[in-house]
Amino acid sequence: MSAILEVENVTKTFGGVVANDSISLSVPEGSIIGLIGPNGSGKTTLFNSIVGYHPIDGGSIRFQGKELSHLRTPEIARLGLLRTFQQTRIFGRMNCVQNMQISLPHVHDNFATMLRKFSPEISERAEGLLDFVGLYAKRYLRAEDLSFGQQKLLEFAMALMNRPIALLLDEPTAGINPTLINGLIDRLKRANADFGITLFVIEHNMRVIMNLAQHIYCLAHGELLADGAPEDVQSDQRVIDAYLGAH
Amino acid sequence: MNGPGKMGLYLGLLVAALVIPQIPVLQPYLIQFAFLWVMILFAMTWDIMGGQMGYNSFGNIVFFGVGMYATAVVQRDLYFTVEEYAEVAGGEQAALTVAEYLTGLGLGMATGAVLAVLIAAVLGSGILGLRGHYFAICTLGLGIAAGELASGWDYIGAGSGLVTPLLPDELGERGPFFYYVFLVLAVITFTVLKRLYAGQFGLAINAIRDDEDKAEALGLHATRYKTVAWCVSGFFLALTGGVFGNLVIFIDPTDVAFAGPTFGVWMVLMAILGGKGTLWGPVIGATVFHVTQEFFWTYLFGWQRVALGLLIVVVVVFFPLGIVGWLRERWPQRFGEVVDEEARRVQVSLEGER
Amino acid sequence: MGNLEILLQAPIFSVQLLIDGLLVGSIFALAAYGMALLWGVMNIINISQGDYVILGGYVTLTLYNAGIHPLFGVPVAAVVLFFVGWAIYRMVIFRVVDRDLFISILATFGISILLQQLMDQIFGADIQSAESGLGTLFLFDNQVTVGQIKLVAFAVVVVVGVALVLFFKKSRMGQAIRATAQNARAARLMGINTDRVYAMTFAMNAAICGAAGALVVMTWVIQPFIGLAYTIRSFMIVVVAGLGNIAGVVAAALGLGAAEQFAAFLLGAEFQIGFVFGLLVVILLLRNMVLKRQRQVLK
Repeated sequence: MSAILEVENVTKTFGGVVANDSISLSVPEGSIIGLIGPNGSGKTTLFNSIVGYHPIDGGSIRFQGKELSHLRTPEIARLGLLRTFQQTRIFGRMNCVQNMQISLPHVHDNFATMLRKFSPEISERAEGLLDFVGLYAKRYLRAEDLSFGQQKLLEFAMALMNRPIALLLDEPTAGINPTLINGLIDRLKRANADFGITLFVIEHNMRVIMNLAQHIYCLAHGELLADGAPEDVQSDQRVIDAYLGAH
Repeated sequence: MNGPGKMGLYLGLLVAALVIPQIPVLQPYLIQFAFLWVMILFAMTWDIMGGQMGYNSFGNIVFFGVGMYATAVVQRDLYFTVEEYAEVAGGEQAALTVAEYLTGLGLGMATGAVLAVLIAAVLGSGILGLRGHYFAICTLGLGIAAGELASGWDYIGAGSGLVTPLLPDELGERGPFFYYVFLVLAVITFTVLKRLYAGQFGLAINAIRDDEDKAEALGLHATRYKTVAWCVSGFFLALTGGVFGNLVIFIDPTDVAFAGPTFGVWMVLMAILGGKGTLWGPVIGATVFHVTQEFFWTYLFGWQRVALGLLIVVVVVFFPLGIVGWLRERWPQRFGEVVDEEARRVQVSLEGER
Repeated sequence: MGNLEILLQAPIFSVQLLIDGLLVGSIFALAAYGMALLWGVMNIINISQGDYVILGGYVTLTLYNAGIHPLFGVPVAAVVLFFVGWAIYRMVIFRVVDRDLFISILATFGISILLQQLMDQIFGADIQSAESGLGTLFLFDNQVTVGQIKLVAFAVVVVVGVALVLFFKKSRMGQAIRATAQNARAARLMGINTDRVYAMTFAMNAAICGAAGALVVMTWVIQPFIGLAYTIRSFMIVVVAGLGNIAGVVAAALGLGAAEQFAAFLLGAEFQIGFVFGLLVVILLLRNMVLKRQRQVLK
C-alpha cells in the first residue's frame, strides 16, 4: 500500500511551547490509522497542521504527493482531505438535510453551481447517509436541536457526503452514548471498506481504537513515542508510562 | 402550507397589489404605497447579507445612492449638456417625450446597477475575505464617505443636489406610475431571492452565517459567495435608487441619496423587526414599520430619530428573532421542523446492531 | 496635491504637522485603549465608542458654558460617563455580553444612533468647542506653534494612562478584570463576580472616553455625529496594535494622528474623514494578506 498522507518532521510551536516536535508518520491508502496520546500531547495540533489551520514551523506534509503546508483549509478540503472537529461543528440553524446538501464536494464549483438546485439524487443520497448514521427520522429538525451525540453523527455523515479521499476524525466517540459506540465503530469500518475512505482517527477510548485501527501512532509531550500494531502499542511500556503520568 | 395553498396566497397578494391603484379611496395615498415597496426592497436587500449570511452591512445605502445618481446623470447627459440642464432649472421645464424619458430611465438604471455591482465586487473581494465584525466596521463609514464625496463633486451637482427629469404627462399621474414600477421591482427582487435561497447559494450563505470555519473546512468558496451576495444586494438597491430619484425629483447628496441616518438605519431595523434570515420577514418588517411610521411618527415631534435608535436597541436585545423568527420558534412544526414518526418506528436503531 | 510642494520647500511645516498629529494621536490612544479593553474582556466591539467621546465633550462644554474652566471637565466628564456607562451596561449590554458578536454589534449600533440623535436634540447640530484660555507656544523662530492646551491634554493622557496601568496591576478589581479577560468561566469559579467585572469594565471604558472627549472639545471641535470617526479610529488602532498591547496602542495611535494631519494638509481637510475610512480598509486588507500567508484569517 502506498502512503496517501505523509507527515515528515513536522514541528509546531506556540510561543515557547513545542506542541509537535519533528513528527513523522504516514497513512497508507485505504487504511484506518489511529493516533493516541495523553491530553495535551499534540494530537489535535497535528491534525490542525495537516488541514491547514495554522502555519507549521518546519517539515513537510504531503497528500497524494502534493505538498500541503502552504495551502489553506478550503483548498485542502477540496483536494479530498477532510477533518471533523473535536468540539462538533454543524450548521445549527439549518435542518439535517440542508446540512448534508451544503456538504457536497465543492471542488468543481463555479458561478453557475451557485444557482444549482439539489436534484432528487442528491437528496436521496443525503437521506441515505442520514439513514446510515441513524438520523433519518430527524432529518427535518434543526441541527442545533439535536443532542450532542447526534450532532457528532451528523457531522460524520456530512463528511461522508463530501466524498473525501481521506478523513481525519478528532475523537469520533467522545460524548456519544456508550450503547451507540459499537454501532459507530461499525459505521466507521463500513465507510472505510464500502466507500474506500482512508481514516486517520484521534481517539481516547482504547477499546474503540484497538477495535478499529490497523496501525497506531502514540504521541506524548509533542513527540512521537511509539507506533505499531494495536496490540504492540497497547503493551508498550513507554505508552503505559505516558498514560499513567510517568516522565 | 401545501403547494396549491401557497400559490393561492402568492396570487392573492399579487392581485391585491395590482388592484390597489384602482380603488378610489386609496388613490391619494399611492405615493405612500410606492414608498412601502421601496421599504420592502430596502429590507429584502439588507437581509441577504445581514440576515441570511450573518454579515451586518451598515453601508448598503451606498448602492442606493450610486444607482440614484447614475440614473439621474444618464438621464441628463443623454439629452442635455450640463449647462443647458442647469439653465432649464434642472428637469423643471425640460419636457421629455415618453420614449426619451423611458430610455433615459432604463439606461440609467442599468448603468447604476452595473456600477453598484462593480463597487460591491471590488470592495467585497477585499474586505469580505475578513470575518463579519471587520466587515461591519468597514461598512460603517461607507455611506458617510460617499455622501461627502457626492457633496464635493460638481459634475453631479455637489452639495446643491441634482434634479431629475419630470415624468411626461403621457405616462399619467406620478402616483400610479411609480407605484407600479416599484411593485414590479419588488416582485422581481422577491422572486429572484426566493429562487436564490432555494438553491446552493442560499444554503451556502446560511452555512457561512452558522459557522464559517466549518463551511471552509468543507471546501466552500466562502469569499466568493460573500462577494456575490453583496453584489446581488447592491444590484437591486441600485435599481431601487434609480427609480427613487425620479420619484422624489430632487436628489440631495446626504438627505436622499446617501441617507445613512434614515434609510440606512431603517433597512437594518425593518429586516430585524420582521425576522432576519427569513424570506418573508423583511417584507413583513418593512410593512409594519412603514405603516406605524405613517400613523405615529408625526406625534414624536422631531424625536423620531431618537426613537429609532431606541427601537433598534429594544428589538435587537428583546426581540432578536423578529416576527417571523418568533413564529417559527413558537410553532416549529408549521415550518416543517418535524420528526418523521413513521421513519422512526421503521428505522433499525443503532443500538440494535452489534 | 499642491501642498506637497509647500511641504518640500518648507520642511518646518512637517514639524508642525508632526507635533500636532502626535498630540492629537495621544487622545486617540485613550479611546482606543478603552475599545481594546472592552473587546478583550467582554468580547464586544463597541460601535458606540466614539459617541461616549463626544458625550464627554458635551459634558465639558456644558460646564464651560456655565462659566467653569473646561479643564475641570476632564474629571467631571469621566465621572458622568462612568455612570452613563454603568447604566447602559445594566439596561442593555449585560443582556448581549454572552451572545455572539453579531448581536452586540447591532445593539451598540442602536445605542450609537440613540446617543447621536439625543445629543443632536439637546445640543444642536452645530460644531462647537470650549476655549481653554491658555496661550500658544512658539518654537523654531515662531515657525511652529503649539497650543498649550494640547500639551496639557498630552500630560492628562499620560497621567490617565499611568493610572490605568497601576489600576490593572495593583488593585483587586484590576486583577479581577484581567482574570475575567483570560477566562471568564474560570474566573467565575474562583468566586469573581463577572457581572460586576463587566459592569465595571464597561463603565470604565465610558469614563476613559469621556475624559478623552473633554480633551477633544478643548483642543479641537465636537459635533453630534462625529463620534463615528472616533469609533473607526479606535478600531483601526486596536487592529494594528492587537489586544492587550498597551505600547502598541500608543504607538499606533500616535502614528494615526500624525498620518491624519499630513493627509488633511495634503488632500484638504474636507477629506480627512474619508482618509480615515480609506486607511481602515487598506490596513485590514494588508493585515489579512499577511495572515493569509500564514494560513489564518483575522478573527
